[in-house]
Amino acid sequence: MKRLIAIFLMITVLLVSMCSLSGCFGTTSENNSGDDLSSSGAKSNEIVVGIAQDPDNSLDPYKMTAAGTREVMFNVFEGLVKPDSDGNFVCAVASDYKISDDLLTYTFTLRENVVFHNGEVCDANDVLYSFKTCAATSVTSAVVTALSDITEISAEGNVITITLGSPNTDFISYVSSVYIVPDGYNEQDTKPVGTGPFKFLSRSVQENFIIVRNDEYYGDKASLEKVTYRIFEDATALFTALNSGALDLVAHLTIEQVESLTNGYNVLEGTMNLVQAIYLNNAVEPFNNELVRKALCYAVDKDAMLDLTADGHGTKVGSSMYPAFTKYFDEDLAEAYPYNPQKAKELLAQAGYPDGISFLIKVPSNYGPHVDTAVTLVEQLKASGIAAKIELVDWNTWLSEVYGERNFQATVVGFDSSILTASGMLARWETGNGKNMINYSNADFDTAFALAQSTADDAEKTKHYKRCLEILSETAANVYLQDLADFVAINPELEGYEFYPLYLIDMSKIGYKE
Amino acid sequence: MKYIFKKVLTLIITLLIVSLLAFLAFSVIPGDPTTKMLGTEATEEAKAELRAELGLDQPVFVRYINWLLSFIGGDFGTSYNYNMPVSDMLADKLPITATLTVMGFALTVVIALPLGLLAGSIKTKGADTAATAANQVVMSIPAFFIGIIICYLCGNVLKMFVPGMFVSYEESPIEFVKYLSFAALSIAIPRAAMTIKMLKGSIGSEMAKNYVITATSRGNSRSMVLIRHVFKNALVPVISFLAVSLAEIMTGAIIIEQVFTIPGIGRLLLSSISSRDFPVVLAIVVIMASWIVIVNFAADVLYQLIDPRIRIK
Repeated sequence: MKRLIAIFLMITVLLVSMCSLSGCFGTTSENNSGDDLSSSGAKSNEIVVGIAQDPDNSLDPYKMTAAGTREVMFNVFEGLVKPDSDGNFVCAVASDYKISDDLLTYTFTLRENVVFHNGEVCDANDVLYSFKTCAATSVTSAVVTALSDITEISAEGNVITITLGSPNTDFISYVSSVYIVPDGYNEQDTKPVGTGPFKFLSRSVQENFIIVRNDEYYGDKASLEKVTYRIFEDATALFTALNSGALDLVAHLTIEQVESLTNGYNVLEGTMNLVQAIYLNNAVEPFNNELVRKALCYAVDKDAMLDLTADGHGTKVGSSMYPAFTKYFDEDLAEAYPYNPQKAKELLAQAGYPDGISFLIKVPSNYGPHVDTAVTLVEQLKASGIAAKIELVDWNTWLSEVYGERNFQATVVGFDSSILTASGMLARWETGNGKNMINYSNADFDTAFALAQSTADDAEKTKHYKRCLEILSETAANVYLQDLADFVAINPELEGYEFYPLYLIDMSKIGYKE
Repeated sequence: MKYIFKKVLTLIITLLIVSLLAFLAFSVIPGDPTTKMLGTEATEEAKAELRAELGLDQPVFVRYINWLLSFIGGDFGTSYNYNMPVSDMLADKLPITATLTVMGFALTVVIALPLGLLAGSIKTKGADTAATAANQVVMSIPAFFIGIIICYLCGNVLKMFVPGMFVSYEESPIEFVKYLSFAALSIAIPRAAMTIKMLKGSIGSEMAKNYVITATSRGNSRSMVLIRHVFKNALVPVISFLAVSLAEIMTGAIIIEQVFTIPGIGRLLLSSISSRDFPVVLAIVVIMASWIVIVNFAADVLYQLIDPRIRIK
């Protein structure tokens, strides 16, 4: 008995001393841990970035599925070419490339002093290995399809020649997705090795993800020595940490968060580069009727939607293309269906629904903006005699029920493109495409898309793609809403943040002001 | 000896049932892990291939047996999401939850024992009613709610810590303990209130016993009797309650880790469930179930040790 009491006493003493040591019950100085972190960051030239999604993927460059993982790993991996912030392709592992006039032969000259993060020198064999592995294992089906058209790939010294079976003007964008990795290295899942301006250092599940500067980088070396991504799967926690000054950079903030930010950080505004829409299952009642889909388009007040969900920020879109694709984006399409509840009712009556319709919207519960949009939507639709109900589902259920089994009437999500090509946005709407979640089937669209794919001339190709977009709008394939506004809060001591037309943040451009 | 054998058998059967239930639950809920692994662009063939590779195309029972055999062999499998061994992930996360549990438990004891003794020694009726009422209120507030209040008060208002800015042990051991102490406190408060209630009741019944009258009649003061004689005896039922608490604190940490965004096994469990990362979920469920069974077993043994009158058959 005495011994027991003694043990309790010991625990007490231990705990009290522990607490007084850490100062958890005593007076704590204003300098909390966050301030310490960011001030030390300034000195040692490193930053802490808050991210909302754990890169809970394999880190293998060809197996990364989550946009959040690709956003981070863009800094680690490079292809022969890589996209810049204007959407052009610049040389990366290749120092130069030529495309033959018939668009069939691509010749890349390998840059000489490229060294992998594991110290190996990058040679032509690594490039051949990367193309082979990517074609065999990539989870991006568009890339696999594009690579399957390669009839021959060979290396002579440091020159790599790729021959295609048919001309493909988009091919260079697929080349940028073929990240160059060392031949035979098989630990990419957990210890990725690339050629990028940053090296992977470590990751701790649900805690952090750390990359450090690649001092052997052939090009302009990054200014920052270390970037720590801290993972906050809880939006409130992310915001609290940001506002306390413990984080230097947070992207993808909402307007409410930006408005409640009081720490004096700079706020930059861009777009998310996705097409948010009410995606309608064109194969089920009542949306198998084009008139009903059109009625729904008229019943949604897109301007009010932007005002309500994002204080007017964001860009309206009228088809499956976001504004960063300047070449294809047609802003007139966004005005194709002006808000008109009366007209919506008439169209519904014409379609045989004089008493209005009711339907169910399945929304992934983890995406706040889509949930907000759905809630606003339900209210707006009431004016046109449409009764919509929301069913929140978790992301995995959404993937299997809505995306996989296509067991839904309507859903609100955003589609983005993992590659910088129009077909990245449009291929899915071809009749019978495995990713055609809405079961869209339109012969004119299929023809226009096929023409765009097979045409070598760029102007002609663009024309066909634009036609595809018009057809999607004319047939009211979906109720197109907007490209969401993307807000970035950044420590005012930092500079160099650039928005890309893809979902990524280029850390190599960011640095502390002199 | 026979007793231990019985307990071990109970443990094994419990774990078998728990893991089987987890397995069955996963075969019922919608969602396919290969979708998460291969992304939305994957072809059906690729998914089918991966399913076959992971053995997901086999019947539940076969999968269960396979899992069981490798689990017994010490192989916890590989996480579907992270593509890394589950054991590595647990080695990373378990110490965090364990520290939180130990701290929460220690705080409970430190708060409850002195206050319980104090509560038991109150003589005035009014003060006693007030103390009981206050204790009752604290007891009924769930830990997660106290956690939210602590986050707001100590974090947002008093700026003692940044809620969400968890500091790992490697970064700074002191900051690590400091961050966890707030979470431990919110675990400890309602649990301490329960312990106080038990201790007070136990002291009350002990005080009515004859040995108290004897001790008092020998000239001992009331507080002397309380501390030297009554307290020890009153502790007996409380200790087994505390031991059970230890089991509940760890499983309850799932919620507290959520409130304080502590990356322990609780958070890992939740995210693994939503991403259908079966191997991770199963490993954590089995760990938690074993913990509960083992702690309860330890409580029984402890009970016997401190009170030799109790004999376990």
